Amino acid sequence: MKEVILDKLLSGNGLVWGFAVVALTLWVGYLIGDVLLAKRIRGTAISLVLGLVLAYVGGVLAKGSQGLANIPAFSGLGLMGGAMLRDYAIVSTAYGAKFEELKKAGLIGLLSLLLGIVGSFVVGVVLAYAMGVRNPEDLTTIGAGTCTFIVGPVTGAAVKASSAAVTLSIAAGIVKAIVAILVTPLVAKRIGLTTPAAAMVFGGFIGSNTGVMGGLAATDPALVPYGAITATFYTGTGCLLCPSIGYMIVKAIFG
Amino acid sequence: MEIYGMAVVSVCYLVGMYAGTILARFLGLTGDVGGVGFGMLLLILVTTSRYWEEKIPAKTKRGVELVSALYIPIVVAMVARSDVVAALKGGWIALVTGAAATFLGLLMVPVLAGKAKIQEGRSAAHTRA
Repeated sequence: MKEVILDKLLSGNGLVWGFAVVALTLWVGYLIGDVLLAKRIRGTAISLVLGLVLAYVGGVLAKGSQGLANIPAFSGLGLMGGAMLRDYAIVSTAYGAKFEELKKAGLIGLLSLLLGIVGSFVVGVVLAYAMGVRNPEDLTTIGAGTCTFIVGPVTGAAVKASSAAVTLSIAAGIVKAIVAILVTPLVAKRIGLTTPAAAMVFGGFIGSNTGVMGGLAATDPALVPYGAITATFYTGTGCLLCPSIGYMIVKAIFG
Repeated sequence: MEIYGMAVVSVCYLVGMYAGTILARFLGLTGDVGGVGFGMLLLILVTTSRYWEEKIPAKTKRGVELVSALYIPIVVAMVARSDVVAALKGGWIALVTGAAATFLGLLMVPVLAGKAKIQEGRSAAHTRA
């Protein structure tokens, strides 16, 4: 009886409970980062790693595609971490960003956006071919998924790829986001990811909203608006290029 | 009131999304292209105006700061609800392609960001001249 009441209380107040769960995750992350690791790694970065672990546990315990939010008691995380609040908060990070910085790196940002999409697509197609995928529709879809996990299924539907390739393309996109979250804070200084211009370039090359936003949050929150502004064009442009020009080229070479 | 600041973000977001959706339709896509980016540009334009700095009360500005303070917690929630299981179940092809694309992107950052610095130096020299 007690369990039923508790379960209803938590799942019925999902968003409010979500705030507490996230706060606890951040608190533990900062405790590990600041105390155990003596600030060598940002607490935010560790909290994001904890978030990934929780997402894995949630995905294993309850079937579904929403990580920890698959478990009814944690369903509020689905709303809190969903596209609406995410994009709302992202827009607000522009408060305090400098228009001059955006203008200064505008052209380079645009170039990195195009190179980022083409580069990811080519890497995806070539590696998938090397690993035995031969069908041009499936190759295109996996290449598109290597851009982001939204470009993959959109392209897959457009070129009528197999459902296995669509699933694979989503997985490739999620892997990209996860690797960006984990690796970016570790290599940020070495690749010069310390200026607004570099953050715009980073946003264009990585492109995945989750990867760019998580990676920059773990590195330096002041860079977030600059990375986000190029990344926000990535998925749309990818959805435009991959099923059209991308598919034509792949079909011409492998078809 | 703080809610006024939150509403400023709401309006920028919605106008940006509207512009992004129109752009997407124009390109023959569903969804939006750059909606968040347009919203961000609009917010920068609004909040760097003289009117904002001189006439807008501190409580309203705090409302904008409140939303942006929620950014990191929202990113943690976003990560906690991501489909990590699907990523691992995708097998080698997904792991290799996804990871390779990310590493390539990271390696390319200094190449282009270095160019940005040169461009910056040039425009600075230009202004001086």
